[in-house]
Amino acid sequence: MSNDAATATAEGATPVAGPEQQPPAHGIGASLAPGDARAKTEGTFPYAADLWAEGLLWAAVLRAPHASARIVSIDTAAAVAMPGVRAVVTHADVPGDPAFGRRIADRPVFASEYVRHQGEPIAAVAADHPDTARLAAAAIAVEYEVLEPVTDPEKAFAAEPLHPDGNLIRHIPLQYGDPEATGEVVVEGLYRIGRQDPAPIGAEAGLAVPRPDGGVELYTASTDPHSDRDLAAACFGLEPDRVKVVVTGVPGATGDREDLGFQLPLGLLALRTGCPVKLTATREESFLGHAHRHPTLLRYRHHADAEGRLVKVEAQILLDAGAYAEASSESLAAAVAFACGPYVVPHAFVEGWAVRTNNPPSGHVRGEGALQVCAAYEGQMDKLAGKLGIDPAELRMRNVLATGDLLPTGQTVTCPAPVAELLRAVRDFPLPTLPKDAPEDDWLLPGGPEGAGEPDAVRRGVGYALGMVHMLGAEGADEVSTATVKVQDGVATVICAAVETGQGFTTLARQIVQETLGIDEVHVAPVDTDQPPAGPATHGRHTWVSGGAVERAAKMVRTQLLQPLAHKFGMSTELLQIADGKITSYDGVLSTTVSEAMDGKELWATAQCRPHPTEPLDEAGQGDAFVGLAFCAIRAVVDVDIELGSVRVVELAVAQDVGRILNPRQLAARIEAGVTQGVGAALTENLRTVRGQIRHPDLTGYALPTALDAPDIRIVKLVEERDVVAPFGAKAASAVPVVTSPAAIASAVRAATGRPVNRLPIRPQAAVVQQG
Amino acid sequence: MTLPASLDEAVAALAAMPAAVPVAGGTDLMAAVNRGLLRPAGLVGLGRINEIRGWQYQDGHALLGAGLTHARMGRPDFAALIPALAAAARAAGPPQIRNAGTLGGNIASAAPTGDALPVLAALEANLVIAGPGGARREIPVSHLLAGRDMLAPAELIGYVRVPLLHAPQVFLKATGRTGPGRATASVAVVLDPARRGVRCAVGAIAPMPLRPLEAERWIASLIDWDGERAALAPEALGAFGEYVAAACIPDPEPPADGSPPPPLSPAVLHLRRTVAALARRALGRALS
Repeated sequence: MSNDAATATAEGATPVAGPEQQPPAHGIGASLAPGDARAKTEGTFPYAADLWAEGLLWAAVLRAPHASARIVSIDTAAAVAMPGVRAVVTHADVPGDPAFGRRIADRPVFASEYVRHQGEPIAAVAADHPDTARLAAAAIAVEYEVLEPVTDPEKAFAAEPLHPDGNLIRHIPLQYGDPEATGEVVVEGLYRIGRQDPAPIGAEAGLAVPRPDGGVELYTASTDPHSDRDLAAACFGLEPDRVKVVVTGVPGATGDREDLGFQLPLGLLALRTGCPVKLTATREESFLGHAHRHPTLLRYRHHADAEGRLVKVEAQILLDAGAYAEASSESLAAAVAFACGPYVVPHAFVEGWAVRTNNPPSGHVRGEGALQVCAAYEGQMDKLAGKLGIDPAELRMRNVLATGDLLPTGQTVTCPAPVAELLRAVRDFPLPTLPKDAPEDDWLLPGGPEGAGEPDAVRRGVGYALGMVHMLGAEGADEVSTATVKVQDGVATVICAAVETGQGFTTLARQIVQETLGIDEVHVAPVDTDQPPAGPATHGRHTWVSGGAVERAAKMVRTQLLQPLAHKFGMSTELLQIADGKITSYDGVLSTTVSEAMDGKELWATAQCRPHPTEPLDEAGQGDAFVGLAFCAIRAVVDVDIELGSVRVVELAVAQDVGRILNPRQLAARIEAGVTQGVGAALTENLRTVRGQIRHPDLTGYALPTALDAPDIRIVKLVEERDVVAPFGAKAASAVPVVTSPAAIASAVRAATGRPVNRLPIRPQAAVVQQG
Repeated sequence: MTLPASLDEAVAALAAMPAAVPVAGGTDLMAAVNRGLLRPAGLVGLGRINEIRGWQYQDGHALLGAGLTHARMGRPDFAALIPALAAAARAAGPPQIRNAGTLGGNIASAAPTGDALPVLAALEANLVIAGPGGARREIPVSHLLAGRDMLAPAELIGYVRVPLLHAPQVFLKATGRTGPGRATASVAVVLDPARRGVRCAVGAIAPMPLRPLEAERWIASLIDWDGERAALAPEALGAFGEYVAAACIPDPEPPADGSPPPPLSPAVLHLRRTVAALARRALGRALS
């Protein structure tokens, strides 16, 4: 799901608990509206699918219909012979590296010998009409020897290797504490999490334009342009500086949005034909091509003492990575590290595996790893509460993590961790009123308006979950970002390769410059790879590193601007302030305008932000792997029709650890969007496969939450405890509500039905209560 | 693409170009075209045929135009005539789909999840089919859905003849979400006081709507048709639900060797419970 593009919510829709004061109109803390909101609403905002170039050709990709097969032969003669077809490329036409991958280059540009998942690219066609291209792609004759697909990740260990690299992508046996420790109470559980699709509102699209120097420019909605450029250049056999990725408008991104499986064929065709080539994916291709959330199998055993304090957690976590490694190794690290949740656990033994299967590819979708384990450990906490007869919120309260505690990876939590405060806030928030006194018509029952719901069969349940995610790349990834700020004629421009995915970076960059330089008019330049890299738009890194780089660059410009004045006034630059286009001294005696101080000059400054380094998890799963952590508590209230098993989420009360509120309205929108994506993961979103084939690759079969499914979202508390190592002290806000809400909803359904609910999304038969 | 203005013109256009495909709302057709599954050689648009966009009365029946949109059928004036069909139309999807999708299209595409279909089956509606040369023939909707009687080349569904029963009717469906979605099971219950009958059809669980005829007769015999209130005891409603569900989702046949039959899978058992609950609720609402 992806309602991120719509970052502006109606004012007053969500009460944001914060200090009762008038928010500023500009700068940090202002509810500045996104600059592109109007264009997006009016439909004039240009996305990649809207691009056009003179004389462009259309591309189509031939995709494998099987989940596992050996390619016997590929005959492109029929396609080449079709009138209007300009080029057909297969694996034999890849001039550079035949395979690519962000961490491990294990994924072929085009399948050559083996097909490892349904929808894997086999060949691509460029033609003068999109229909011709599709027909030509269909005319390519491929002979397959269909093989038995490996679709059960548990069987991947013993199965024949699906790839020369073997079936095990990563194994982390985390060991922390005493393996002999036991608790008085032991609960066990087996949990299964389904395959969520990021389902961006706009499907993949791109335009490749050949350059006179033999290079190529790729216009795509990439969220990580520099990595994409490097990978593409390696496959094209070109120097990286001859490939340029230009980022177009991003129509929704909650993960690694752009699939290089589209961009690489596009670039190859442009290089081959010497013409601009455009490709727009259908929704079906989009479902087949991009990475999904890892389907996960989790087995847990929690030990606790009689008071409900955790003694030991044992867990086995199995991630279905699909055919290629992608980001599975990072996802597994997050799953293992957060396997116990934001709770203090003296002894933990968590074994995690990411394995290769012939299922659709899995990769980075926000909250990856953390979402799956959150659903499991919170299921365990509910079981413990039930077994000990302790209130579920109270049991959680007795175990919460705080600053200074240790994670099972041995890392000390040094950032603010106000978990207890968050839990208290959602627990003490008044419950929504029961609709028994209201006329029945006003009660939106499970099943929807005029649906089959019957008030007598509806039970209400309340559940809790605490979630955590890491921010920025983990395990030693270099998280640097570079930004440039330019000021001329009273207008500031920010140049930074951080991609605006709907997370609000451009708005934030404008606010930072307004705050630092006192200039209202700030523009953010479009992103391309001629700019220095800023890294992928994931894990809230742009709020942190790119925002930090923008602030530093703006401060350097400020010093350049004020230095001559300070010299003239005979005081240091710190004693001057800029506001409303005026520079005044601290005592207000001396003053001048910004334009006068600029004196027609152009001021430039470039700065970098690089957070403190991290280290990889060692062979026992130990290490300071994470730069920062963010926490969230959610209380879910659900109505369940216990005969039909239909569930409606009535209300989600959210308390979140945000460090500092930089833009209240944008923050509320991000939390609401994240929570709603979590509602999808909890109730409806599961991309089902049979023998590795996607059953319904369309938005009718893959049910995203609609406005009727989205609950009332109450943001009851935003804890502003500044993280001293982060610029502005702010924490990324988008991922942690996604992680926490499915677990909270499952907990509430457990409370309503008394059923174990150990599978996400929750199937109706799991929420039915047998009568009599 | 041709845009005829009358039913006969449309039939003539189809006869003149047999490879052309008629298109009304296009909600199913265009999805298939966009996915590359269908590439019609020509289209005959039915959107300008005013005679099939409304309805008229004919000796105790309503003659519904096949071009009626779901949005139109969902309005209160229509709901006063045929409440179950109106309820099905309102449940048929998001507003964009309901504004475009038509009654005739719902029948022609005959998707198992078509929401109007169980209602038409329960109402024992007839289709008026227009053929070349102004020919009209009438077939029961169930015959078309079962494939007993197919549309010949250049034939179009013109109207749907539905009896006006002047009695409560209920349509209920179970879906995976609170917002509009495909039915996992749906039930239509209509009362026919003049014939002292209850008619029920279950949709979405089989390729065509199923009619539990024995359950209908049994429950009709329990209803006090002359009384002020026709309400039944909750046990009777519950038994009706079980009866309907068992008829539509029967237990597997015991194998010939006399061993116990294989148990139904949990998913099928859940579906049976869902049908039972929907049928019980639908009848309860119809009689309350």
